[in-house]
Amino acid sequence: MAGASASLRRGPSRVLLVAGAFLALTVAAALLAPVIAPFDPLAQSVLARLQGPGATHFLGTDQFGRDLLSRILHGLRASLAISFGAVGLALLVGGTIGLVSAYYRGWTERILMRLMDILFAFPVMLLAIGIIAVLGPGATTTAAAIAIVYTPIFARLLRGPALVVAQSDYVMSARSIGASDARIIVHHILPNLASVVLVQMSLLMSTAILVEASLSFLGLGTQPPTPSLGMMLSEGRNFLLLSPWAALFSGLAILVVAFVLNFFGDVLRDTLDPRLR
Amino acid sequence: MRRRFILSRLSDLVVVLFGVSVVTFLMIRLVPGDAVAIMLGANAEVTPERMDELRARIGLDQPILLQYLDWIGGVLTGNLGESLWTRRPVIDEIAAHVWPTIQLAVLSLVIGATLAVPLGVLMARLRGRGWEIGLQIGSVAGLTVPSFWLGIMMILALATLAPSVQMLGYVPFTQDPLGNLARLVLPAIALALPILANLARLVRSAMLDALQQDYIRTARAKGVSERAILYKHALRNALIPFVTSVGIMTGYLLSGAIVVEQVFAIPGLGRLLLGAIAERNYPLLQATILLVTVVFVAVNFVVDLVYAWIDPRVTR
Repeated sequence: MAGASASLRRGPSRVLLVAGAFLALTVAAALLAPVIAPFDPLAQSVLARLQGPGATHFLGTDQFGRDLLSRILHGLRASLAISFGAVGLALLVGGTIGLVSAYYRGWTERILMRLMDILFAFPVMLLAIGIIAVLGPGATTTAAAIAIVYTPIFARLLRGPALVVAQSDYVMSARSIGASDARIIVHHILPNLASVVLVQMSLLMSTAILVEASLSFLGLGTQPPTPSLGMMLSEGRNFLLLSPWAALFSGLAILVVAFVLNFFGDVLRDTLDPRLR
Repeated sequence: MRRRFILSRLSDLVVVLFGVSVVTFLMIRLVPGDAVAIMLGANAEVTPERMDELRARIGLDQPILLQYLDWIGGVLTGNLGESLWTRRPVIDEIAAHVWPTIQLAVLSLVIGATLAVPLGVLMARLRGRGWEIGLQIGSVAGLTVPSFWLGIMMILALATLAPSVQMLGYVPFTQDPLGNLARLVLPAIALALPILANLARLVRSAMLDALQQDYIRTARAKGVSERAILYKHALRNALIPFVTSVGIMTGYLLSGAIVVEQVFAIPGLGRLLLGAIAERNYPLLQATILLVTVVFVAVNFVVDLVYAWIDPRVTR
């Protein structure tokens, strides 16, 4: 932790700035999708079916003549929203479980962490598929499924450092001047864990993008006609030899967004923990 | 190895397996609305008689505790129930689909793990030569490339370059060993790339860590060659975290295989699961999820023990 603050004081590295800039650019493209998309992502055109990249449709069109660029931008938006919602929810629930476990110890900790162990025992896709089988397919269900799958990760991640911080002198002194449990957790323990959380959020959002794309690809995620990258890839596959563009570009988009999130988290972790750089 | 360590691990295992069985059991009971009507509705006309009949058949008319005991008793004695519509034993359905998935997962792990060692060592050796950022970009790209997209692109490339090559589907190894491997090699590579990236990064940082240790300095002082230091002293210790990550890799492989199988038309567990969802075959779905998860948990248990055996410090 001492190393972390020292390297941050020196200012972020150039690589971190570049990684952050790419991430910001991707998020901006997703947020501004309704403004910058050249076409309505749902507008069909029989005459413009399965076109390659060209002047009107930069990335070409799909089997219904819908503009690929516009669909990818909107799909990107949906992917990021689902993955941010899922990871945010997992952080909220899992983080609370981790902090509460570390703070109260004893039976509370034993039972909560055991529950987390059980959830963590399922392979990611299997648990997600099970949850979707129960709740039915769709964007919200996908987000909920990913959130449930990731909850134990945040519980475990926050419990460890929270244990250390909870035993530290400044928490003891806060307690000695009569600060409440909630105040100590929110004002003294949480800020010390911010960097760990930011790194993990970025990395998990990257894998959440991939899980969401996998589920949509299997037809279990976002339902048509709403654009989603995984579903575009799955539809594009049916016309692969006729017109590979939909499959090519939608997959590339998944790769790019997963990459910028993961790269940002990776570089940020190196900055905070420079031992092995 | 310490007996107490094994016993405590075993008790953890029992608790987790019990929890997993409860979660899986509750799945069908948590379906909003009437699960029986939903199951029937996907396949036949819903009539009150049919609903009662199905309810009785899968035991949903019993008290919930009795249902669980009945179900878990069956599972423990190897009776996973019968598939809803074909009435075939669920265990037979799974047995008919499990081999392609296992083969695919093992082949990917072998490809990824074999290539990861030399690649990781190379990455460690290239440290501090201006390659750092390129290697980092490359390895993160390897981690985040969607396997199913990579698979589709490989199919596209091969269909363009060599249209005569048969690459989709599955033939059992016992029928046609070469055809079997030929069809599995592309999906295995697609699935292996993230594993390769992950493991190579692990080997790299473990190597860098190992190279800073005192015993390396001692070896250097004794005049051991750089080559022997790298491969004999550092690599051996760098492989310890490699072993532990095999457990995590298994989870990734089981998840990834489900999707990649669809791309290459491989009739594995992915097809079984998706079919079960489409026809609301909850008993089949439950049994498959339970069985695969038990395998995953068991692999992790063995990995824990192997790790403790390699590095006895963890048992203390």
